[in-house]
Amino acid sequence: MKRTISLTVNGDLHELAVEPRRTLLEVLRDDLGLTGTKRGCSTGDCGACTVLLDGSAVNSCLVLAVDAHGREVLTIEGLAEGSQLHPIQDAFLEHGGLQCGYCTPGMILSAKALLDENPHPTAEEVKVAIAGNLCRCTGYTKIVESILAAAEKISGAGVS
Amino acid sequence: MSEFNVIGRRVPKQDGVARVTGRAVYTDDIKLPQMLHGRILRSPVPHARIVSIDTSKAKQLAGVKAVITAADMPRSGFGYGKDNSPLKWEKVRCVGDEVAAVAAIDDNTAEEALSLIQIEYEQLPAVYDPEEAQREGAPLVHERSKNNVSFSWTFNKGDVEGAIAEADVVVEDRFRTQYINACPLEPHICLASFDQAGNLAVWVPIHFAFMFRKDVAEVMGMPWSKVRVIQPAIGGSFGSKIDTEPFHFICIALAQKTGRPVKIAFTREEEFLAARPRQPMILDIRMAAKKDGTLLARDVHIISDNGAYNAWGSHALFAAMMSVTSLYRVPNVRFVGDVVYTNKPYGGSVRGFGNPQATFAIESQMDILAQKLGIDPLELRLKNANQPGDVTVQDVKITSCGLAESIEKVAQRIGWSEHHGKGGNRGVGVASLIHVGGGARIYKSDGCGAIVKIDDGGDITVIIGSSELGQGSETVQAMMAAEELGARLEDIRVINSDTAIKPWDVGSHASRSTFISGMAIKRAAEQAKKQLFEAAAQKLEARPEDLESLDSKIFVKGSPDRFLTFGQAARADLLRTGGDVIVAKYFYDPPNVELDRGFFGNVSATYAFGSHAAEVKVDPETGAVDVVRIAAAHDVGRALNPMGLEAQIEGGVAMGFGYAMTEELQVKNGVIQNVSLLDYRVPTVQDVPAIDPIIIETIDPIGPFGAKGMGECSTVPTAPAIANAIYDATGVRIKDLPITPEKVLRALEEAKETSKDGSEGGLIDE
Ligand code: FES
Ligand code: FES
Repeated sequence: MKRTISLTVNGDLHELAVEPRRTLLEVLRDDLGLTGTKRGCSTGDCGACTVLLDGSAVNSCLVLAVDAHGREVLTIEGLAEGSQLHPIQDAFLEHGGLQCGYCTPGMILSAKALLDENPHPTAEEVKVAIAGNLCRCTGYTKIVESILAAAEKISGAGVS
Repeated sequence: MSEFNVIGRRVPKQDGVARVTGRAVYTDDIKLPQMLHGRILRSPVPHARIVSIDTSKAKQLAGVKAVITAADMPRSGFGYGKDNSPLKWEKVRCVGDEVAAVAAIDDNTAEEALSLIQIEYEQLPAVYDPEEAQREGAPLVHERSKNNVSFSWTFNKGDVEGAIAEADVVVEDRFRTQYINACPLEPHICLASFDQAGNLAVWVPIHFAFMFRKDVAEVMGMPWSKVRVIQPAIGGSFGSKIDTEPFHFICIALAQKTGRPVKIAFTREEEFLAARPRQPMILDIRMAAKKDGTLLARDVHIISDNGAYNAWGSHALFAAMMSVTSLYRVPNVRFVGDVVYTNKPYGGSVRGFGNPQATFAIESQMDILAQKLGIDPLELRLKNANQPGDVTVQDVKITSCGLAESIEKVAQRIGWSEHHGKGGNRGVGVASLIHVGGGARIYKSDGCGAIVKIDDGGDITVIIGSSELGQGSETVQAMMAAEELGARLEDIRVINSDTAIKPWDVGSHASRSTFISGMAIKRAAEQAKKQLFEAAAQKLEARPEDLESLDSKIFVKGSPDRFLTFGQAARADLLRTGGDVIVAKYFYDPPNVELDRGFFGNVSATYAFGSHAAEVKVDPETGAVDVVRIAAAHDVGRALNPMGLEAQIEGGVAMGFGYAMTEELQVKNGVIQNVSLLDYRVPTVQDVPAIDPIIIETIDPIGPFGAKGMGECSTVPTAPAIANAIYDATGVRIKDLPITPEKVLRALEEAKETSKDGSEGGLIDE
C-alpha cells in the first residue's frame, strides 16, 4: 500500500504517494527527477547517494522515503543559487576535485555537512567526514584540498 | 613567459560545472517514454550443462514484457576467438554466465520474474587453477581447447640460455598477482531503443564506440549503418568499459523483442560478478647480469588466468610482453605467455592492461638482483635505463625518454639516501615502468578523426572521435584547439559522444587519447585557421601570411588596431555570394606498426616512462604495513594541463596502492566471495597514502605540443615500489599480491625460523 508523505526538497514542498519499501534515493531520482544524486551501490557503501537530511549527511539509499516524511532534504541541485555556484562547488572546480564526477555530488554534500558544523576543519577532520564517500578517480588528494579551500573561502566571505 | 597561451595552464575541467551541480547526464539518468527495465539471470554454478530452461511462469507475471533465452536471440559468437555468446544455451562456464533475461515495467517486477525462471543444470567438474587446467584429464572449459590453453605467444630475441650460462649472477623467482575489479563508481549500464524503421540507438558508457557499433551489428545481424552509439557522461571506467559485453547484446535483444526502450543497469553485486576484472597472472622470471650490474638476459613465462572466455583481457599479455622486452636495456629476451581457460570470472582490460602484473614481477626482481649483486637498486636501474635513441629487442623505438630522470627525482623526493638500507622496519623502495605513450596499433588503424568548425558567432566546435571517461580529455582537447587557433578557451566546445556525429576513432585505450586525438585536432585546427585567415585577409586588406591570432581575434602583425574577431571573419566568409563555412577535418593515424608474427614492431609512436618511490613502516607484531607516502614521477612529454595530470597521477597511484595492499576479488571454487564495496575494500580517503606527483617534461618529437599519453602509467609501478620498500624495511620479500598483513607476518616468522636454523635469511620464497 502506498503511503502519502510530504517532503521538502531543496526548499520545495512535495506531496508524494510512495510504497513503504522505496528508498529516498529512488524517490529523489525516479519520482522527482533529481538525478544529481547518484546510485553507486544501493547498499550504503559508496556515498554517491549522499544528501543532507535536516542538515546531516545521509546515504539516501539507506533511508526509506517514508522515514523522510516531514523532513528537509538538500540535494546537489539545491546547492547553487541560480547560476552562482556554492563555494564548495567552485573549489572543486578550481582545485581539480573531480574527474568523472560520479562521486562528486555526494562528496560535496558531505563536505557541506562538515563545514556547516565545523567551518575550520583540519585535513584529518575532512578525511573523517568523507571517509564514507568513495572516489575511484582522484586518489582524494585534490578533493581534500578542495574542501579545505572551500572552508577558507566561506569563512573569508561569510557565506554559509 | 611561456611560449604558449593556453597550454601549460592549470585549467578546470570543461564539463566540471555540469558535474558539480548534478546536471551532467549519465546513462542511468536517462528515462525514455515507455522504457522497460531489463534483468539478467546468471549462472550460480561455475561449470554445468544446461538441461532445461522453463520461462513459462515468468512470462505470466503481470508487468513482464519479454523473457528471452538463447533461443530468442542470435547465438553468434563474439569476442576474441568468438568463444563467447550473449546468452548461453549448451553450457555455462563461470558463475555469472548469462542464461536468460527479462524486460518488465519496473525493476522489481523484472527481478521477481527472474526468480520464476526455472533452470535445470547438470553440474560438470570444474577447473579453477590455471596450472591444473593444463594437465591431462583436466575438465575442458571449451572443448576445442584441448589443454585449456586458449592461445600462447612466444617472443625470442638473442640467446637467452647462452647469456644466462655466462652471467655472473642469475635470479629466478615466481610472482603471482590477483584478480581486481576496476570499480568505477558508475556501474555498467546500457539503454537500447529501436525506432519504427529499425534504427537502433544505444546509450552506453563505453569508450570503444565504433568497435561497439561493429560488434553490435555483427552479433545482432544488423547493418552497421543502423546502429548509433550515444555516450552519455561516463562515471569512470579504468578500462572496464571498453569491451562489448553479453549484457549489451541482451539489452538490445530485449528492446528488439518488446519494441520498447530497455535499460539494464548493473547492481553493484552484479558489477563484481560480471564486469571484467584484471586477470591474475603467474609470472616465472629469470634475469641474468654481469657483476657490474649490466643486464644480460630476461626470461619470462606468464600464465594468464583469464577465466572462462578470452574477451579483451586475453590480450593483456600484449602490454606485459612490452615491459618484459623493453623495460631497461636487455639484449637477450624470451617471453612465453599462455592464456589459460578456467571456470572463473574472465579478465578484461583494467588500467595498464597486463603491465601492472609484469612490472610487479620485473621490478621486484630488479631489487632481488640488486641485493644479490650488492649494488644499490637505484644504481642498477640507472645503469640499465633506456635512453633516447635506443631500439629495444622488440623493435620498440625510444625517442623521448625520462626514465633516468624519473628515478632520480623520486629518489630525491623520498629521501633515498637518508632512508634506504636503514632497516628498523622502515624503508623505501623504488620501481619504474615503460608503457605505450603514442597510441598502440592493435588494429589496422590506430587513428582518430577530428573536425574543427568556426561558426558565425565566433564559436568553435571541435568534433572528435575519442571519448571522455572522466579523465579530462575534453579539457585538454579544447586547450590544444585554442592554442593552435589562437582562440579563447571559453569559445571552444568539444563534441565527442555520438557515432552519428563524430568521426571514426579506434577507441580510448592504451593511454592514447591526448596523443592521437591531439594530433588530429591540431592538424584540423591548422587548416581551419588557414581558411579563417584567408577570409580575414580580404577584409583586412592584408596577406594571410601577415596575420596572427590571439584571444579569438585576427590581427595584422604589428598593427594591434587592425583586427577582426573570429566571428567577423567567419561572417565575412559566409555572408556573401558564393560564401562558405569554415570547417576542416583531419584523420591522424600515428607512425606506428602492428606487431609482426614474431611480435616485433614499433607499436607506438612514442613511449611513456616513470618511477614511483614508496616509504613504508611495518609493524613486526601484526605484519601491518603503513604506506606513508608515494612519490610518483612521470615523463609526460609536455604537461598540457598540469592540474589534470596531477589528478591522473594521484588517481593512478591510489589504484596502484589498492592493487598492492587491499584489493582482491576472492574467488573460491569459482564463486566470488566479496561482492560489495565494503568487503572488497576500494581504498578510502583514510587508506590512501600521501601522494607527491612529479611531472617530467621531455618534449616528445612527434606528440601534440610535445605531449605523450600517461593515463595508465600512474597505476603500474606502485605495487613493486611498495614491495621493495617492505623488503628494505624488513628483509622479507612478498611475491604475491595483495600484500596483506597475514602474508607479511608469515614471511617475517619464516625469516626468523630460517635465521635460527643458521641458514641465510633474506629472500622468502612463497
Ligand atoms: S548508493 Fe548509497 S551508498 Fe552507494
Ligand atoms: S571523480 Fe570519479 S569517482 Fe570520484
